[in-house]
Amino acid sequence: MQDLTQEILELIRRTSTDLPADVEAKLRTSYADEEPGSAAQGALDTILKNVDLARKNSTPICQDTGTLLFYVHYPEGLSTRKLKKQIQDAVVEATKLNYLRPNSVNTITGKNTGDNSGDDYYPTIHFEEVDENLPLTIELMLKGGGCENVGAQYKLPNTEMGAGRDLAGVRKVVLDAVHQAQGKGCAPGVLGIAIGGDRGGSYLASKETLLGKIGEENPNPELNAMEDQLTEEINQMGIGPMGFGGKTTVLDTKIKGLHRLPASYFVSVSYMCWAYRRRKMTVNGTEISYD
Amino acid sequence: MKKLTLPISDEAIRDLKVGETVLLSGVMMTGRDAVHKWMNDAFIAKEVQPTEDDLAVYEAIKPILDGGIIYHCGPVVSGVETGDYKFLAAGPTTSIREEPYQADVMKYFNLKGVIGKGGMAGKTLQGCMDTPAVYFHAIGGAASLIAQSVQEVLTVHKLDFGVPEAMWVIDVKDFPVVVTMDSHGDSQHNVVEGKSQEVLANLMKK
Repeated sequence: MQDLTQEILELIRRTSTDLPADVEAKLRTSYADEEPGSAAQGALDTILKNVDLARKNSTPICQDTGTLLFYVHYPEGLSTRKLKKQIQDAVVEATKLNYLRPNSVNTITGKNTGDNSGDDYYPTIHFEEVDENLPLTIELMLKGGGCENVGAQYKLPNTEMGAGRDLAGVRKVVLDAVHQAQGKGCAPGVLGIAIGGDRGGSYLASKETLLGKIGEENPNPELNAMEDQLTEEINQMGIGPMGFGGKTTVLDTKIKGLHRLPASYFVSVSYMCWAYRRRKMTVNGTEISYD
Repeated sequence: MKKLTLPISDEAIRDLKVGETVLLSGVMMTGRDAVHKWMNDAFIAKEVQPTEDDLAVYEAIKPILDGGIIYHCGPVVSGVETGDYKFLAAGPTTSIREEPYQADVMKYFNLKGVIGKGGMAGKTLQGCMDTPAVYFHAIGGAASLIAQSVQEVLTVHKLDFGVPEAMWVIDVKDFPVVVTMDSHGDSQHNVVEGKSQEVLANLMKK
């Protein structure tokens, strides 16, 4: 099996330092929509200048290089055990080169490992097998702690909010989650929402929805309409960039439905900050490309 | 645009109002979760007996904090192995986690402000009025840009807390911030939250 450590290192560098084009374009549109001279527009101006600078200097967009979430689709027969080792080695190397902050803390001892080495759960790697004639793809998402902390999970029904076990109930708890978050998750954010599943699976799926591009249409027309409605209603709340007040509180909303037990109805909201760092590499034999 | 150099006087702090943009210059220190807990446990609440190292660090940081600022930040730093430190990325972290400690830390060390993001709550706002001090908001995620206002990393304390959690003493020039909580009891965060609460209440009726 070929050694991809250096190529994965390059994936990490690009993800940490180079914001995806769809996110940057949406931030630019939001800048134009805010009142000239407002604190909201000032915040977006600083954000966009920072995006340019990080790309030019190849330094992290945000100092919180976050939880590393790898999504790997591997052709049948490839060793995931070896690939996992290469990913872990690339993460340690990327930390030495300062593309990543040493972010791995042993919760029991309180010690930071200093190089982003960790345990079996660190970094997070999801493996999914595909046909043997398909390429290997590795997607990486970096999700900062500030936005991870404002994520929320609800179980329906919720009497206090009058939220029942239907999409109308889902809408209410999502509105509540964003209101609770205010600017603390580095607004303007992107919402990844999963409805159903068990608690763990629901949160996982809510993050997976964030792999899609901004503005991408949901194949389910009902959910697609709901995504648009939520984005519009949330932006009426006026929380704005950084919570300074303003028109742009979220950039996009993404929803996925999962099968569930009759007894359980979970709604998981993952909040992604404006520094929505995700990149993908594709390995086709010896040919490697990044997008 | 207003410019302030550390240490800052009480009069200059009382002059600051919510919404003002300020460029800060001078020597300040980073401090976040581990640092605030350490300050509280070892010195303010005195729940833990400080070690000799704790006492030495305490003596070293006291003059920086008197009239000074704590920056809620866990930076990306190059040169950690050689000691030739440089900040590469240094945006603010979410401040609300320090809410249990912040007002006490402000009063104990005579801080004139903290820099962070996301704002803080009632106890800190009261602390701002009493000390007096203000809450300066930096732009979250603007890490490469903010790192450019750091002229020099002077020293580091408690590196055993880990790079993000250590106390980095830095000399900054024209660090851009906005006052979002002042020493007169005003908070931009309360205003935005109140308005968004009204909109939310109407949306919930639909």
